[in-house]
Amino acid sequence: MATLELSIEEDVAVSPIRRTRRLGPLFWAAIAWMIFIFAAAALVSLLPLPSPTDMDMLERRAPASALHWLGTDGLGRDELARLIHGARVSLTVGLCAPIIGITIGGALGMLAGYFRGRFETLVVGSMDVLLAFPPLILALAVTAYLGQSLLNLTCILGVLGIPAFMRVARAATLTLARREFVIAAQALGATHARILLRELLPNVFLPLFAFFLLGVAVTIVVEGALSFLGLGVPPPISSWGSMIGEGRESLEIAPRLAFMPAITMFLTVLSFNLVGDTLRALTDPRQGAL
Amino acid sequence: MTEPALLSVEEVSVDLPTPRGNLRAVDHVDLKIGAGRTLGIVGESGCGKTMLSRAILQLLPKKAKLSGRVMFDGQDLVRLEPERLRKLRGRSLAVVFQDPMTSLNPVLTVGTQLIETLQEHLELDGHAAKRRRAELLAAVGIPAPEQRLMQYPHQLSGGMRQRVAIAIALSCEPKLLIADEPTTALDVTIQAQILDLLAREQRRRHMAMILITHDLGVVAGRTDEVAVMYAGRVVERAPTPALFKKMRMPYTEALLAAIPKIDAAPHTPLPAISGRPPDPTRPIQGCSFSPRCRYAADQCYREKPLLAAAESLDHQYACFHPIQITAGVDA
Repeated sequence: MATLELSIEEDVAVSPIRRTRRLGPLFWAAIAWMIFIFAAAALVSLLPLPSPTDMDMLERRAPASALHWLGTDGLGRDELARLIHGARVSLTVGLCAPIIGITIGGALGMLAGYFRGRFETLVVGSMDVLLAFPPLILALAVTAYLGQSLLNLTCILGVLGIPAFMRVARAATLTLARREFVIAAQALGATHARILLRELLPNVFLPLFAFFLLGVAVTIVVEGALSFLGLGVPPPISSWGSMIGEGRESLEIAPRLAFMPAITMFLTVLSFNLVGDTLRALTDPRQGAL
Repeated sequence: MTEPALLSVEEVSVDLPTPRGNLRAVDHVDLKIGAGRTLGIVGESGCGKTMLSRAILQLLPKKAKLSGRVMFDGQDLVRLEPERLRKLRGRSLAVVFQDPMTSLNPVLTVGTQLIETLQEHLELDGHAAKRRRAELLAAVGIPAPEQRLMQYPHQLSGGMRQRVAIAIALSCEPKLLIADEPTTALDVTIQAQILDLLAREQRRRHMAMILITHDLGVVAGRTDEVAVMYAGRVVERAPTPALFKKMRMPYTEALLAAIPKIDAAPHTPLPAISGRPPDPTRPIQGCSFSPRCRYAADQCYREKPLLAAAESLDHQYACFHPIQITAGVDA
């Protein structure tokens, strides 16, 4: 066998080429919409808006005017103020519930996928029970028992999201835990905690985060559906779902009352999905590998 | 060998339960390796080479049953508590795997992966570890190491990746390095470079090495001793020069004959070993190589030959009808 000189000329070294990729106007439009919605929801108390709960019975279903930019609803409340206050509720629930899901579900899924055995059977079994339980009945039961509040709503939706996150995390961990780099880490004396946190988590996090953004979108829709059914936040607090529900009564006279919150919700959910997809494609360092 | 062995594998067997029955992957293997020495383990795919290396590292699949003793530096690894075993791995025992594509974490940069082992075992602070990792990359022949540290495995070529894997394995100055087919996934010119790199680092660190391969050409000239494995058993063991001068086991001869010769005329048929390795879930009564052996006689089908020393103590083989001719090849 030929023996080759090991020294390699220094000038062969190439500097890493930055991947430049056009993100497209759609992505930036989605980002702009998200920033707009988040800023409005965060700064709502600083904005010169009328109160979202003050009723003006003389100005019911008034069209847009200098005082009410988007008009008023069936009880004479300012539509714009209600939309922005509704964004607060929808975004809080939409973000916090999947965070509960990704934390608990992700941890359970990774532990189950890594350690296998009886623990995995137990986790998967209990998740199947949770999945088999009708979610709407559960939400109804919990709100009836604990009362309607933002916290309760977030917790219910969060718990309902755990099985899905658990399954995504477990599936990803199962395939990764057999890969050689995990055995290599063990061979180098890594502890279980180290393997889970340093070797597996960065790998599992990518699919989990893509699923998280999808979860945000789904939760916003589900929160809307629950509020539409009157199971969401208690009135007079507004949320997009409850606004659509209230607008339904005057669909023939003033369809904008139902359509405006619906369009806002649609744009927000679409933005989350778009950004989620683009970010996943962009940040995945595994592309090109395998 | 008179010096005390760094690693001695004593009567090690590995059984894997499969749906088709019990699979004996490693069958009563005895091996010894002294400090700073190199042992080559040769055999075709599925002969138990990798299982043996996993057995030494105690990284067998959970269902596998291991019997025998693995003595390393005076401790039996089989019976060592998990925590002490973990401290030993990486620090004293390191491993380089076959495919650098899968043995490196795809989502962590090279630098991160290098620094983890350093901090875990040597308890270096951030600065010292950063200096050390650049040194390590330079030592394994990676140009512009500072830049490479920031890159992900998929941005490196196969040879580069294997160099990184070697740098990680060498990072804590192990006493024994197990190289499990380190060059199989690489092309031939890179193979020679990687093998030379391993040999050079081994000399420099006075480290023992087990070189596992299916290629007799790789072990020739690069190892002190060779063990040939077939169907989970060691069938011939000898110091490398002795083995290549005077091989006794027909399987070793067949393996060597199956290497293409560079000076052979074009279209010369390659004398491949006919048949397939025996099904390890259905043990054969006689010598496991007998169905494929040119010299097989009645006795070979009835009894299992034992690994025994013949003319010299170092040279052991398991065969009733060893090859007598002393033609061989120069190592």
